[in-house]
Amino acid sequence: MRPAIVTGLVFAVFSYNSTAIALDAEPITVGSKSFTESVVLGELVSHLVRNADATAIHKRGMGGTQVLWNALKNGDIDIYPEYTGTIAQEILSGQHIESMEDIHQAIADHGLRMTRPLGFNNTYAIGMKKSHADVLGIRTISDLRSHPDLRFGFSNEFMDRGDGWPSLKATYSLPHKDVNGLEHDLAYRGIDGGSIDAIDLYMTDADIPYYDLRVLQDDLSHFPAYHAVLLYRDDLEHQSPEIVTVFKLLEGHVSTAEMRQMNVDVKIEQQSETRVAAEFLQRKLGLSVVYREETMADRIVRTTREHLILVSISLFAAILIALPLGIIAARRPVMGQAILGTVGIIQTIPALALLVFMIPLLGIGVPAAIAALFLYSLLPIVRNTYTGLHDISPPMRESAEALGLPAGVRLRKVELPLASRSILAGIKTSAVINVGFATLGAFIAAGGYGESILTGIRLDNMSLILQGAIPAAVLALLVQGFFELLERVAVPKGLRLAR
Amino acid sequence: MLELRGISKTFGSEQAIPLMNLTIAAGATTVLIGTSGCGKSTLLRLMIGLIQPDAGTVFFEGTPLTQESALFLRHRMGYVIQDGGLFPHLTARENIELMARHLRWEDKRIASRLSELIELTHFPSDGLGRYPVQLSGGQQQRVSLMRALMLDPHVLLLDEPLGALDPMVRSDLQTELKAIFDTLKKTVVLVTHDMGEAGFFGDLIILFREGTIVQQGTFEELVNVPVDPFVTQFVNAQRSPLTATGGTSQ
Ligand SMILES: Nc1ncnc2c1ncn2[C@@H]1O[C@H](COP(=O)(O)OP(=O)(O)O)[C@@H](O)[C@H]1O
Ligand SMILES: [Mg+2]
Repeated sequence: MRPAIVTGLVFAVFSYNSTAIALDAEPITVGSKSFTESVVLGELVSHLVRNADATAIHKRGMGGTQVLWNALKNGDIDIYPEYTGTIAQEILSGQHIESMEDIHQAIADHGLRMTRPLGFNNTYAIGMKKSHADVLGIRTISDLRSHPDLRFGFSNEFMDRGDGWPSLKATYSLPHKDVNGLEHDLAYRGIDGGSIDAIDLYMTDADIPYYDLRVLQDDLSHFPAYHAVLLYRDDLEHQSPEIVTVFKLLEGHVSTAEMRQMNVDVKIEQQSETRVAAEFLQRKLGLSVVYREETMADRIVRTTREHLILVSISLFAAILIALPLGIIAARRPVMGQAILGTVGIIQTIPALALLVFMIPLLGIGVPAAIAALFLYSLLPIVRNTYTGLHDISPPMRESAEALGLPAGVRLRKVELPLASRSILAGIKTSAVINVGFATLGAFIAAGGYGESILTGIRLDNMSLILQGAIPAAVLALLVQGFFELLERVAVPKGLRLAR
Repeated sequence: MLELRGISKTFGSEQAIPLMNLTIAAGATTVLIGTSGCGKSTLLRLMIGLIQPDAGTVFFEGTPLTQESALFLRHRMGYVIQDGGLFPHLTARENIELMARHLRWEDKRIASRLSELIELTHFPSDGLGRYPVQLSGGQQQRVSLMRALMLDPHVLLLDEPLGALDPMVRSDLQTELKAIFDTLKKTVVLVTHDMGEAGFFGDLIILFREGTIVQQGTFEELVNVPVDPFVTQFVNAQRSPLTATGGTSQ
């Protein structure tokens, strides 16, 4: 083992990183949820902030509602786009939110503020193929009542929600029997192929124009309003009032049709959120936004750097901790069982669950991902260190002791070298697993190749998926190769000859 | 030199050494002999403190051998086991020099000691850079012997040092080893299960059965004045052509 090499690697990665992000004054950190519309809104805010000569960091697609809400409360981010319906139903559920005023008051207790609605209402809606609806003469949800044979395919979430199918059925006295819960993307395919007649959707879905759907009018006002707003921290108002003024320019300026079109531009036309947001600001507010779209090369370089940071730090820490643990395990049988048992249990936790467990402790982002990767890397190293030491033959052990070498020297000069092949194999296994597992870090906004993969999945963009998947595979192979080379240096020659 | 007083050792339910009192004379070669599993290796391990007795004390040059004292008392003991016990990741030279380097001997002192040993054991000096796997069995045992002798110990404990060698090499090495012992005039305790080898080396031969001494004396005494039928049985069994080719048994 050459700790110096690993240390060098870590420092190289770090120094590169620190020169890359040269920050001016306090940057404004913008968050967004992991779906296109939220990322576009995040880009709109970021452009506006930058246009006011401030620095904006956009943490794109960080996760779901809870993740963003907690990040905002903790100050990990300063601002993010949210929906009034989500605030009332999910975030502040049980607090009897009746009006905008209620929301303002409730979030003020958390040190947070909210802009006025941006304009569009992205509530749930029911949609049908336009052609089909025309034939049947359906324009409103009430119209569905006279067509009891229609087949509904609703997202599983919609089947469960308080304002979802059960209450919709009650509000409109809908008699339909053929109602199934299914994956949202499958529902679109189903309605396009004709196996489903109506589905639930969001008002601003890019798929509405794509599949040529009609949004049925909610004539009994069943669905609560999901007005888009920006949630931001109180401190922002005090410290940078000019920034607040700037992003408030969006208030009342984004219509449902405009938002839907921006979603289409990103999801269907495959333009970057950055460009779509910039062009909207140009068109709507006459702002000429200077932006630079990330090229494929940029992205690969950036995600490679992020990925290497995740992998090298977590692996290095794992080696530092796992090696002594493995040694203790080999020396003390009772404690050894406890150690091996514990790291073994950690390994049985599903990777994604382990990441999520880290969030309450370390928040969202790189530290949490590194902690999870670190825990995941322990077992192969501990186990192989233990096995390598345990399998040293008794005569060998005896010879070292009979010479009169103290225990510490025996460990260093005899036992660890004899176990080196096994230990190195353990580190290699950890490293390769780590490279793959690190792609999941993107789920908690830790960046890396997983970000390209997740974004690619979100946008249904195969090229983007491959920009994450291929480098991840290549990196795994490189790591494998690196350790095979390292084996030639780190495993003593006498042992290699003996094989 | 080495004294075992009231020693007993049990492994689990198996009493390897029931009760042993034994004094190893200085400057002579004492051979421990007996059938496989009679406790010879256990006795040797007790003498160098690799295992601790359940009762009794081992004295080395007057000092009780405990887990703590063993660590430095071993610098005055050399120990060679059947397969040499050489460290495969170190060259012959590194194996031999390991202890001296640990004790921070000067390079010059190490080099001169090493050349003495090479001369003594007739080890080809170009073999020093080789790893154990690159050496023959006989060469490995020479290296192992040099390693044991590096610090110029007062006593040499050898556990069937020639047991793994084929007969030709073995007989050559027997002669050489005997010459080395005669040159060094050190206290030697040698374990074997071969009566011929015992007679060849031993100033004193101690015959064991199940962890107990049956008889101690010279080869002639054991042959001519056996104290127990087992002694004759053992001596004759070793001479019988049917079993004499048996070689090793562990
Ligand atoms: N570490 C040990 N654990 C359990 N039993 C042992 C151990 N060492 C030796 N024994 C037992 O003690 C007895 C004597 O063994 P040993 O001294 O190796 O015999 P010898 O060297 O004469 O062939 C044998 O029955 C052996 O199985
Ligand atoms: Mg033995």
